[in-house]
Amino acid sequence: MTDTIHHHLTDPLLMAYSAGTLPEAFSMVVAAHVSMCDECRARLGSFDAIGGSLIDGAETVAMADDSLGATLARIEAGATAEPPAPRKRRRGVLPGPVQDYVGGNLDAVKWRPVGMGVKQAILPTSRDASARLLYIPAGAAVPDHGHNGTELTLVLQGAFEDESDRFGVGDVEVADDSMEHTPVADIGQDCICLAATDAPLRFRGLLPRLAQPFLRI
Amino acid sequence: MKTEDKDETNEDWVACIARIRDHQDRAAFAVLFQHFAPRVKAFLMRSGTDAALAEECAQDVMATLWQKAHLFDPARASAATWIFTIARNRKIDALRKQQRPEPEDLPWGPEAEPDQADALALQQETAQLGAAIAALPDKQRVLIEKAYFGDLSHSEIADETGLPLGTIKSRIRLALDRLRHAMK
Repeated sequence: MTDTIHHHLTDPLLMAYSAGTLPEAFSMVVAAHVSMCDECRARLGSFDAIGGSLIDGAETVAMADDSLGATLARIEAGATAEPPAPRKRRRGVLPGPVQDYVGGNLDAVKWRPVGMGVKQAILPTSRDASARLLYIPAGAAVPDHGHNGTELTLVLQGAFEDESDRFGVGDVEVADDSMEHTPVADIGQDCICLAATDAPLRFRGLLPRLAQPFLRI
Repeated sequence: MKTEDKDETNEDWVACIARIRDHQDRAAFAVLFQHFAPRVKAFLMRSGTDAALAEECAQDVMATLWQKAHLFDPARASAATWIFTIARNRKIDALRKQQRPEPEDLPWGPEAEPDQADALALQQETAQLGAAIAALPDKQRVLIEKAYFGDLSHSEIADETGLPLGTIKSRIRLALDRLRHAMK
């Protein structure tokens, strides 16, 4: 799959994910893309290595006097801690980090129609940004919209095209507030995307704008 | 066993982690603790944690190191990088009270032992990267440190430093270009 990915995560996104400063919804898109893309996995490894070098070369703050003993006592008390479950590659359209939020694969998604055959499912994350799955029927368009903040869109099935390019499975589109676009799903297969944004989308037509509070997008 | 940490390299840390994994070696743990715990505590305090919480979280991070020693793969990450990721996750949990979605693990082949050649190559790259970061111009290094340690987005760094957002982005980009060049 990796060979067919043409649109990757940006350096600032990978760096912020490594530093742990991204909103949860954006972290979900990064984790999902990295699950699908070996190139970005390797780049993320480099950013983690920068974090490691910084912490190794950083200043220090003295630990409390009994700190080592207290930590060893803590280890003994928690010696039976469950080993974490390995995050194994999972089958299906949804990457593992998304399945964790859905509670299963596609058949577990609780879709809600948003008009013209488009459906969405909002995923529960912290409120500084929102994440949702979008279902766009083959050949259908998502209403023309611009952005107040940053929007990340990761294709999980099918493909879409907008004014800038074509995006297939694994591709991620990074849109900022200068972009107005009308994504259209490819004919041939319904398109499923994971989208995250840190601001409400603004639609250009009057009706979609009125509808916005209902749709929560 | 050395008690001064100045001369110790990633190879020494890797050996300590292996002794914890294989023998529950408290002396090896003490050596790692002496070097890394004060750095983890400083990292957490720079991110806005008060001293008491930073102390507690740094102890947690070191306890996690003991418990997860069997998961450490020296062919994939240096000891410092591994400890950084544990500390970072603890920070997100304690400070931001958010979950951190993690990528799926790569499916690994049948080999159980880490590849020695890979581990050696990684030791050299780690030393190289540390030197390259130390050699960055101050203006660039400070911004990278703020991005990692200050728990700040680019626009928050702009607010804090009074620098325009474009300047911050371009300095960070220049720093990454330099690091890439140094790692070739």
